[in-house]
Amino acid sequence: MTEALECQLLVIGGGSTGAGVAWDAALRGFQVILADRGDLATGTAGRFHGLLHSGGRYVVRDPAGARECARENVILRRVASAAIEDTGGLFVTTPLDDLDYADRFLAACPAAEVPVEEISPAEALRREPRLTPAVRRAFAVRDGSIDSWKLIWSCARGAEQLGARILPYHPVTAILRDGDRVTGARLHDLRSGDELDVRAECVINAAGAWSGRVAQMAGCEVAVRPGKGVMVAINHRLANCVVNRCHMTGDGDIVVPSHSVSVIGTTDTPVEDPDDIEATAEEVASMMAAGDVLLPGFSRSRALRVWSGARPLLPKTAAAVGDDREVSRSHAVIRHAQRDALGGLISIAGGKLTTFRLMAKDTVDAACAELGVEKSCTTAETPLPGSTGSNYYRLPDHQADFEKGRADNPMICECELVSQADLLEAARVHPKGQIDDLRRVLRVGMGPCQGGFCAFRIAGLLHGHGAYDRTEANATLRAFVQERWKGQRRVLWGQQLRQARLDTWIFQGVLDIEHLPT
Amino acid sequence: MPREVDGMSLLMETEGMGVRPSLDGCIKCTICESACPYAAVTERFPGPKTVGPQEERFRHGPLSADWSVDYCSGCGICSRVCPQDVRIAEINSRARAQLKEQRGIPLRDQLLARPDVMGRLGRPIRPLFNWAMGTPLVRFPVERVIGIHRKAAVPTVAPRTFQQWARRHPRRPAQDRVVYFHGCSTNYFEPRLGRMVVAVLEHQGLAVEIPQQGCCGLPLQSNGNFPAARTYATRLARQLRSAPSEVPVIASSTSCALMLKREAREILGVEDPALVDVSQRTYDIFEYLRDLHEQGRLKTDFVPVELTVAYHAPCQQQNQLIGKPALDVLALVPGLKLVELDRDCCGVGGTYGIKREKYEISMAVGAGLFSDIKHTAPDLVLCDSETCRWHIAKATGFPVIHPLELLHRAYGGH
Repeated sequence: MTEALECQLLVIGGGSTGAGVAWDAALRGFQVILADRGDLATGTAGRFHGLLHSGGRYVVRDPAGARECARENVILRRVASAAIEDTGGLFVTTPLDDLDYADRFLAACPAAEVPVEEISPAEALRREPRLTPAVRRAFAVRDGSIDSWKLIWSCARGAEQLGARILPYHPVTAILRDGDRVTGARLHDLRSGDELDVRAECVINAAGAWSGRVAQMAGCEVAVRPGKGVMVAINHRLANCVVNRCHMTGDGDIVVPSHSVSVIGTTDTPVEDPDDIEATAEEVASMMAAGDVLLPGFSRSRALRVWSGARPLLPKTAAAVGDDREVSRSHAVIRHAQRDALGGLISIAGGKLTTFRLMAKDTVDAACAELGVEKSCTTAETPLPGSTGSNYYRLPDHQADFEKGRADNPMICECELVSQADLLEAARVHPKGQIDDLRRVLRVGMGPCQGGFCAFRIAGLLHGHGAYDRTEANATLRAFVQERWKGQRRVLWGQQLRQARLDTWIFQGVLDIEHLPT
Repeated sequence: MPREVDGMSLLMETEGMGVRPSLDGCIKCTICESACPYAAVTERFPGPKTVGPQEERFRHGPLSADWSVDYCSGCGICSRVCPQDVRIAEINSRARAQLKEQRGIPLRDQLLARPDVMGRLGRPIRPLFNWAMGTPLVRFPVERVIGIHRKAAVPTVAPRTFQQWARRHPRRPAQDRVVYFHGCSTNYFEPRLGRMVVAVLEHQGLAVEIPQQGCCGLPLQSNGNFPAARTYATRLARQLRSAPSEVPVIASSTSCALMLKREAREILGVEDPALVDVSQRTYDIFEYLRDLHEQGRLKTDFVPVELTVAYHAPCQQQNQLIGKPALDVLALVPGLKLVELDRDCCGVGGTYGIKREKYEISMAVGAGLFSDIKHTAPDLVLCDSETCRWHIAKATGFPVIHPLELLHRAYGGH
């Protein structure tokens, strides 16, 4: 059966760009529907290292991109403070790095509006005792750590509060056209199996690394090149600020504190299919070795998990080849009416999470032009729900919150300090949420045991509360355990191997998960 | 100290003997939580795994905020049972110190942390102090104002310190020498025990040196004042080096011995050469006597002791990883019926169970031990640790003595 919905803007893609567009457009008074093939933030934005750029990484190679980052950094701290941890960052010159680059780096910062302060190696070591003692120069910048899930959820919630509809698990099966005009899209509701036609005055293709595919459905091209980036999470924080190598960007040269773990990133390999990006053992090994350059002992720390994301890279010219890092990260808004004589369709490609707000602004500006209306962007001044401009996330605050209700509130996820009340509340807000969806809201299963101790508790508890029937509970538990296992496969040595063995005994030996009734 | 580029040694140096990095070993097996006697009786302490390797991941210097860790007594059972060698108790001890550094150490904890000062102040007003501590009418306001539970056991101050006795005690010339580390409790509260230790050691033909000595800093450490604890431990180590470097240091206080042997280095991170040296040649008194026996050098001229005694090994003695040497040595005494009390912790945790908010927890932890004692109905209870002795005696009404006192009696002493 086919239902139909109508709106002014249909946004395809629930990553940072799509959610940002939905928030921006809803603030401007548009009626918005946002659809994603899966849950929000499951593509590239949910699979990155968590860095809020100061701009430092681009000052030498791409001063314009650096300036964009520096400006957006200031804005996001104002409007999205709850999703940001104000860690600060360091660029350090290790013995492997060219000292000349440090001079060029320092000289390039002012023009790119990147605030920087050189500090002594001794001061850098005082701030981060695990930093390599061989550090030769160190520069403090305003890098931060940003939680893309929180960011995207708050954009989506904010948009919803203004009347937008968010449709996760609704992949596009066709772009609806009327002659030379796009009129909407057909969606497939994965949960009910129904088809859903959404009529829209303008469709926004914000599918990131997948935007080429969406454009193809409309019969046009978006030349986005997916670039695979590999990241590894380490059991606890080895540094409390972002640590970068001060050199021309390379593999594994940045370590970001993200909640209770440290994330090292990243690589950059062109791939054909943004869904086929599994990290190789060699890539993991090279990340671990690279970590030792910045933080000696890194490779002997306990690695929890590996993941990779597909960057939506936009070649400067069609002829651009070679190392993807030479490709500008800057974004482009394509009005297909102008380029392909196909009205009602706008694509946004390229960009990075730090500039998501700017990308959304440029996209909605283009939509305004497409629809012939004048409505100005207010996202730089309007705080997202939950953010006050100063309430940065702080790791111990989560512990303090948990501590308040500890006595009468059983702990469900031990690694990430998630209580039963947190879980039930999240399940209430996300009524059809799979355990993996709840993970992106609560961080359940993200810690050292990778779901070994919380997954069965969640399945049992939510079944007991009627959120899942038996079949659903068993299916979501199995899917979650499988998903957690996938991320650990490449780091199964040492302590994480022991953990995986214990988890296996729990799930196979005690629960006999493979033979749970369906 | 040079920083090494080699990864682990750097981690160990910056984190103090690898205490924090050891959390990588936790696979949540929960053995420590099953073994923790405190988590078993109070919801205020969520358990060693929870406040240890799990929550350590959320601590970030001065921002850390969890009062729960203050309900760890530091008994160390968690670290002992951990199959993955996670330094759980050590992580928690440091977290507690961090908490105290942020919030300030209450007056009570400052007092309890300095038994030497208490002893020195209490002695001139000894009759008044001892009367007051034994008088419920006084203990009520003491609980209200200072926070020491009115029913908690507190020691009585002795008329003369052990040091005063030792200064007049004629030194016996002998070839084999030992240094006696008596600790604050023996000095101010139980000098009798010190005299018996000296008598037993001299009976073995040893020359006993008793240098002037201060507090080891353990109560400061467990009450969260690490800087002062480091100063105390280092100063004590220097005092105990009065004799040449090969002379063993014999301790009759188990918790203070553990401080010198391990905790000053592993928890406080003290790397002073004097302390490193002393830590390697400190022995529990019964550990030392058992060694003598194994070498065939222990005098066995015992008189029969026709008593039934029940022995409790305190946590801080168990954490020395030397077994139960008092049982091994006392097994040589004819006539003695030894009952081993197979319980983990009496609940007092040094100064933990004295505190108003923790006394009930402490009594609940010790309940099994107390009931075993009552069930056994021995003539005497033996325990190597002073605070445990006071706590058990007060809780059960049974006389509780250091096993060395019994050995002294078996040698014909009075």
